[in-house]
Amino acid sequence: MIAGYTMDWRVITEYLPVLLYGVVLTLRLSVMAIIVAIVVGVFAGLCRISRNPIISFLATAYVEFLRGIPLLVFLMFIYFGVGSFVNLDVQVASVFGLGVFAGAFVAEIVRAGIESIPKGQMEAARSSGMSYLQAMRFIILPQALRRILPPLAGQFIALIKDSSLVSVISGKDLTLQARNVIIATFRSFEVWLFTAALYFIMTFALSQLSHALERKFKIEH
Amino acid sequence: MIQIRDVVKRYGHLQVLNGVNLEVADGQVVVISGPSGAGKSTLLRTINGLEPIHGGSIVVNGTNVHARGTNLNKLRQEIGFVFQHFNLYPHLTALQNVTIAPIQVKKIPRAQAEAKAKELLTALGLKDKMHNYPAQLSGGQQQRVAIARALAMDPKVMLFDEPTSALDPEMIKEVLDAMKALAGKGMTMVVVSHEMGFAREVADKVAFMESGKVLEEAPPEEFFNNPQNPRVKEFLSKILR
Ligand SMILES: Nc1ncnc2c1ncn2[C@@H]1O[C@H](COP(=O)(O)OP(=O)(O)O)[C@@H](O)[C@H]1O
Ligand SMILES: [Mg+2]
Repeated sequence: MIAGYTMDWRVITEYLPVLLYGVVLTLRLSVMAIIVAIVVGVFAGLCRISRNPIISFLATAYVEFLRGIPLLVFLMFIYFGVGSFVNLDVQVASVFGLGVFAGAFVAEIVRAGIESIPKGQMEAARSSGMSYLQAMRFIILPQALRRILPPLAGQFIALIKDSSLVSVISGKDLTLQARNVIIATFRSFEVWLFTAALYFIMTFALSQLSHALERKFKIEH
Repeated sequence: MIQIRDVVKRYGHLQVLNGVNLEVADGQVVVISGPSGAGKSTLLRTINGLEPIHGGSIVVNGTNVHARGTNLNKLRQEIGFVFQHFNLYPHLTALQNVTIAPIQVKKIPRAQAEAKAKELLTALGLKDKMHNYPAQLSGGQQQRVAIARALAMDPKVMLFDEPTSALDPEMIKEVLDAMKALAGKGMTMVVVSHEMGFAREVADKVAFMESGKVLEEAPPEEFFNNPQNPRVKEFLSKILR
């Protein structure tokens, strides 16, 4: 059975500002969440390789737990669950929910990147009198960064896509804008297809940027 | 310069050093030989505190390495370490490999550190390789950069862990020559090596290690011509064949 739906693309031109504003909202949300994810993830990644068993256990628990639950459930828990005790703005809940969730994946990427550097590098650095932190900063992290960058870009692409879930807790983003346009116009096919294209442009741009960075690092080497 | 007394070291249940005793006087070159798994690398790594010990003591230049209050970062500045697999920093050029620790650890001004590094690299025959990355250098060149890197900290002692055993035969000589030159300048050196020619020519003392113990130590002529321990005789007959 074919439903009697005729396409009408004028909805896109008419609501273009609304949808483009959605892009701005999603980009802003993603960038802030990425910053949270990097800060939390690098810290947790370093904690995971700590020799202090309590610190590394706590970091491992964080990573394993968040990697084992759905993002949607985590967002609901933050906004509605934690939100029943403290007054949480939906944007704040969105940024922290997305960032802390992605941070668990970033932590694993950081840990794997650091552990991929041969042990002899740390030993050479420590033998020359560098402290652990100096060795990390000047010897280990610059090398690990090259290996971390590609999977990190993949993680951030996933974050941009996953950010659409905040619309479920009425976080303002591209998906919520698209839903609002559809509520006003009933043009589901056109609006969702165009919205998908907008998401693709964002993620494709980020993946091209990551390839460019990778090439730059390779040549320098 | 180095006093090693009854040093015991375990990895889990495996006893790797079984009461090692060894003295290295100021300006001496001591070559340590012995079969694989004897604990030679482990011993070197306990001398600069890279590995903790479970008994005995090691004193370097008057400092008890494994005492509670010892500042290892400071002590290690006086102890150069050259590794079997070079362990150069692949993201830095030869010159940067040599200058990074003087600049960051000793806080020596960059210009001064670079001048000194260039001098060292030139003396080691690497004048036109300074701006190359380790991956662009041969094994012998890499090991000479590693020696320059260690010397750049003005160490009082140099430790070498099989510095030539990862090298192609034609590159061994260039590294041994660099080490001979260093010994000639009066550097105190502990060298784990099976290069018996080097030991004969340069060493003040040769030590033989097996199963976590020094079984024999003697000046080279005595060590090679008249070894006391039957295990040493056997080892020498294999290696000097
Ligand atoms: N990090 C380590 N953990 C456990 N065992 C080790 C470790 N390093 C060395 N060993 C063991 O200690 C013994 C001595 O090793 P090593 O000092 O490297 O000997 P050598 O340098 O004389 O060949 C070997 O049996 C080796 O397997
Ligand atoms: Mg060894």
